[in-house]
Amino acid sequence: MIAKTKEGLRLDHKVIGDMIEPGSMVLDVGCGNGDLLEYLVTSKDVKGSGVEINENAIYRCVEKGLSVSHGDIDSGLREYPDRLFDYVIFNQTMQQVQKPKEAIMEALRIGKKVIIGFPNFCYLKARLQIFFGGRVPVTPSLPYSWYDTPNLHFLSIKDFKKFCADGGLTIEKKKFLTEKRIVRLFPNVFALNAVFQIVRG
Amino acid sequence: MPHKSESENIGFVEPKYYVMPEGEEFVLESGVKLPELKVCYETYGELNERKSNAVLICHALSGDAHAAGFHQGDKKPGWWDDMIGPGKAFDTDKYFVICSNVIGGCKGSSGPNSIDPSTGKPYGLSFPIVSIGDMMNAQKKLLDSLGIKKLLSVCGGSMGGMQALQWAVSYPEAVASCMPIATTYKHSAQQIAFGEVGRQAIMSDPAWNGGDYYEKDHPSAGLAVARMIGHITYMSNESMEKKFGRVLKKEKLGYEFSTEFEVEGYLRYRGDSFVKRFDANSYLYVTKAMDYFDLQEDRKLYHAFKGVKSRFLVIAFSSDWLYPPFQSKEIVKALKMNGIDVTYCEISSDYGHDAFLLEFVEETKLVSHFLERTRKKVEKHK
Repeated sequence: MIAKTKEGLRLDHKVIGDMIEPGSMVLDVGCGNGDLLEYLVTSKDVKGSGVEINENAIYRCVEKGLSVSHGDIDSGLREYPDRLFDYVIFNQTMQQVQKPKEAIMEALRIGKKVIIGFPNFCYLKARLQIFFGGRVPVTPSLPYSWYDTPNLHFLSIKDFKKFCADGGLTIEKKKFLTEKRIVRLFPNVFALNAVFQIVRG
Repeated sequence: MPHKSESENIGFVEPKYYVMPEGEEFVLESGVKLPELKVCYETYGELNERKSNAVLICHALSGDAHAAGFHQGDKKPGWWDDMIGPGKAFDTDKYFVICSNVIGGCKGSSGPNSIDPSTGKPYGLSFPIVSIGDMMNAQKKLLDSLGIKKLLSVCGGSMGGMQALQWAVSYPEAVASCMPIATTYKHSAQQIAFGEVGRQAIMSDPAWNGGDYYEKDHPSAGLAVARMIGHITYMSNESMEKKFGRVLKKEKLGYEFSTEFEVEGYLRYRGDSFVKRFDANSYLYVTKAMDYFDLQEDRKLYHAFKGVKSRFLVIAFSSDWLYPPFQSKEIVKALKMNGIDVTYCEISSDYGHDAFLLEFVEETKLVSHFLERTRKKVEKHK
């Protein structure tokens, strides 16, 4: 999936951590076992909480001393007041949300900034698999077959930029990742994953 | 992970009593003054020097102060022994755990079976109606007498959860954390309806005699039926199917009105054993207190939690249809709207409402870490 840095940190977690102002209020939507949140709480001194659908993942989060709410993303965001959080994070979860546009707009209501990390569907190997193999691609960032994938939506970096432009959303920060390093040139072809920080207007 | 081994139990415990000193008053929410106040309680673990490690456990409808350990001569431990003890969720090596019997109850605290000082006889129905808030205020008197100004946590399941919520709302400064489990912020029409059926079962027993039966036969038949109804609401369809199905007590159907199905026998056994340990009038008072419970009143629920300062762990159980998860989610939502730190988990379980007493392995995972985290936060702020 995503390789770890020398310090044992997942590269996307480090990238997200670097985007966040220390001491902020953060909501991690689809926080899983809480690894990213724990990193942000310990290294960036954030006040963090999470939303997670999996019961066992909730236990892992609570073990880490994190505050987490058991529920699905689509309804879970509605419960928060306007602009409660400095950042709302969707890392590797947006592609599994039922209604991504609604979720992003809700996140922009409850948070001042939204950070979204997602696998790039138009990664070179994926293109080659479709073009030459004639098969739905399986890549390190999209490792599932069609019959067992949790992903409901597939998007590329270009798709996301268009979505922001059409919706009047401003991209404040962006980082593109391969398995081990940051990509600068032609990210829509060479990046496995993308991380965007967006705001309204 | 909790185990049921003897060595991890607290061992023998004894109930203690708080008696309100003369000159002090105890005014109920109804405005009525209680002439005397007695609270039966038990404690486990040691109160630290700063008195900062106290955890209050609040019991449910038929519970009592005996939450853990053994009374001399008893074979069964207290009602939440799986959760309270050395190395358990409420680790008595770290925390000072207190559990007291609610007022209106019948297990040592002031209630309808206590002696009315003005007549020298049990109060019966002349005991004033009490609320969840009154139960909490009696606990407050007890804690004041122990010199505990701030609880590290207040926790309870079912009616105990109502008390825990009431604490966080009424005494925000006195509660660092709150753990309402399998509970609600107000009794719904359905919950009131079950309460009323239980009360009617008792009151329609001729032996009930307007609540004046202490020197005669008790309304055992009525109380047993009330308990049987209660037990049905504590289980789930799945758990009843698994436990009983349609299994018969005899070889085949007898075409008669005897106890034929296992489930009938179980309910009768539960009813009969309950009347030996519980007072029928108390059942009326305590169920009434739950029916009166309403934190929301005529406003949006989040207003009820304004000013609350505790952090929360809210737990519900998937098959609990008496206090369904959606009621817990309403609480969680209202807390979030106030920006309050809350963790919520819906534990998947087939046990229905009873799950809060049975799913201690999962509860332990949540409670132990949540408490530890609270302890660290409290210490950091000192």
